[in-house]
Amino acid sequence: MNDMSVSRDVDTGEIKMRARGVEVFYGDTHAIKSVDVDIEDKTVTAFIGPSGCGKSTFLRCLNRMNDTIDVARVKGEITLDGEDIYDPKVDPVQLRAKVGMVFQKPNPFPKSIYDNVAYGPRIHGLSTSKGELDEIVEKSLRRAALWDEAKDRLQEPGTGLSGGQQQRLCIARAVATNPEVLLMDEPCSALDPIATAQVEELIDELRTRYSVVIVTHSMQQAARVSQKTAFFHLGELVEYGETGKIFTNPDDSRTESYITGRIG
Amino acid sequence: MPLLWTVSIILALGVVGYVMGRKRAVATAGGNARILHSLPGYYGTNVAIITIVPALLVMAVWLIIQPILVETRVTEMIPASAIEEAGSRGLVMSDVRRVAGGLDTAIEQGALTEDEARSIRTEFTNVRDTLAGVGVALGSDVTPEVLSAAQRYRELSRSGNLFMTITLLTLAALGFLYSYARTNRDFRARNWVEASVLVILMLASTIAILTTVGIVLSMLWDSWNFFQLYPWQQFFFGLEWRPSFEGGSELGLIPLLWGTMYISLIALLVAVPVGLFAAVYMAEYASKRVRSFAKPLIEILAGIPTIVYGLFALITVGPMLRDYFAEPLGLGSSSSSVMTAGIVMGIMLIPFVSSLSDDIINAVPQSLRDGSYGLGATQSETVKQVILPAALPGIVGAILLAASRAIGETMIVVLGAGAAGRIDLNPFEAMTTVTVKIVGQLTGDTNFSSPEALVAFALGLTLFVITLGLNVLALYIVRKYREQYE
Repeated sequence: MNDMSVSRDVDTGEIKMRARGVEVFYGDTHAIKSVDVDIEDKTVTAFIGPSGCGKSTFLRCLNRMNDTIDVARVKGEITLDGEDIYDPKVDPVQLRAKVGMVFQKPNPFPKSIYDNVAYGPRIHGLSTSKGELDEIVEKSLRRAALWDEAKDRLQEPGTGLSGGQQQRLCIARAVATNPEVLLMDEPCSALDPIATAQVEELIDELRTRYSVVIVTHSMQQAARVSQKTAFFHLGELVEYGETGKIFTNPDDSRTESYITGRIG
Repeated sequence: MPLLWTVSIILALGVVGYVMGRKRAVATAGGNARILHSLPGYYGTNVAIITIVPALLVMAVWLIIQPILVETRVTEMIPASAIEEAGSRGLVMSDVRRVAGGLDTAIEQGALTEDEARSIRTEFTNVRDTLAGVGVALGSDVTPEVLSAAQRYRELSRSGNLFMTITLLTLAALGFLYSYARTNRDFRARNWVEASVLVILMLASTIAILTTVGIVLSMLWDSWNFFQLYPWQQFFFGLEWRPSFEGGSELGLIPLLWGTMYISLIALLVAVPVGLFAAVYMAEYASKRVRSFAKPLIEILAGIPTIVYGLFALITVGPMLRDYFAEPLGLGSSSSSVMTAGIVMGIMLIPFVSSLSDDIINAVPQSLRDGSYGLGATQSETVKQVILPAALPGIVGAILLAASRAIGETMIVVLGAGAAGRIDLNPFEAMTTVTVKIVGQLTGDTNFSSPEALVAFALGLTLFVITLGLNVLALYIVRKYREQYE
């Protein structure tokens, strides 16, 4: 954390998701142009870039959330553990259980904290008994560093928590379905600095079990939490590499202009 | 002077006020509208409002109060013997008004001069024939007391009208002069217009509220009269509904309330699932194109007059239910039944439930749907577990509003369920509701001093209280749970 040196420890795992020649169209708009990315296991990958550059759109391709938008079309190949996720055999609903997502604004359901976390396990039948479900809920809340604050108020509505707690609840909710990849779309943009720090710490811990992909507007955040960084500009992937290198010695002049604040 | 003329003059004065006020404002600024405090139009509007509004308000109040005052004064003139003869004070007074109106008509048509109308006496002229000659038919000969009361009535009304015209015109002129004199470039016309607009808007809402209060008070008064004639225990707890104008009626509320609740329940059993499912389809599944024509089509149902639904119940649904369900099952042979009215009423209520629920489901934030899909939930799981619970308070509100519509419905019941007050569990039996009986007790020859007629007001009041309670409950639920998400 907070380590900007080039020689940071990057314990690269094997490749979890692979994208080749991905193109996205929103109606007539060509939102993503031929993107190739390899997302590694047990790594935090950050997508940075100016607003409207397509980083969130690309993120939503990774768990087929774009399917819920009528006008969106996706071309190219994205694989998860070598299997094409856009193959007709793949059920997008099952895929989303494996590739969880946390959104920009905390969006707890208007249910109790317990029911929020138990939502995914119940839908996917991950528990056979109440005791098992209790265990999953506790484990997920602990992983989201919310257990100590929430254990005495599990039956209170999730909407009654503070913003930072709500976001950690959403992370616990995503973790509860046992995903292999966790996608985070600007998870801290609605949070104050203290809540942000807590969530960032959490992301670093999540890395030990999952592959995490985070979209962020804050370059400091990308530098703090990620091992790999991809810079998007105008729908293209400009540069992708180790975070330390991107922030200190980028290959592309556009990347340098962006991180030094000259474009964006 | 006829009222229409007075109003026209006041309005014309207002228009003149607008033009002159505007002109004067510009003149005080030396022709440079920029140094005025407000736009020139505001000065004109200010003069027009102060000219017109107070005068018209006074007129409205005057028109309500004057007849009341005149009636009291004239009533004093009528001797007790005449009242006894006619049966009631109200009957004599309606004679008086009729004769007074007849005299006016006679003058208009030239059968009488103004002086003659003022001075004719029953001793010398047959007033009944004279008035019949101009087309005003009277039921009996005019007594001297009624004639002189009618003449007095005319006089008082005339002088009252004259006095009103003078007052109104003076008021308008004073308003005009006052506001015109105040118009100069530093006068804050814009703020004054703003304040007047506020007052006018408040008056409008006050009128709406006062009308509600008036409706309740008038029903309270007649219900009170009813309970003077009929014991309230027997009304509220009576199990029989057998009105008879010869006396000895049994006017129990329970059979009617039972019918009302039974029919409403069946209507809601039809309307709530169908309406809710339609709303879910419209809001969550339907493509924009389907939605754009299906939604208006459903809402057409809400535009059909209820009497048409009644015909549908009478000629189609009723006989069908009788032939295919009631008779084969041995449950009755009447085509008027609770089932018929309930089903047809349920169809009528579908758009109420679906349209409101649709809006409420659409108001559930997209972020909740995303959250659910992002966890790998299917569309129907999302609807069932996230969207419906989030929208539930609003949906309950929609259902309660539909319920108050069902309770107040009359036409479908008359044609679909019949008019027999009865307590029975068999849904293929004819029953009736409170509203139908209100209509029944007040149509035809009614004597407003008998409990059989006055019971209608007690029924109306009961119904009002029930629907008011439902509406308050609906509002309470909607408000209490509205902020669950966000």
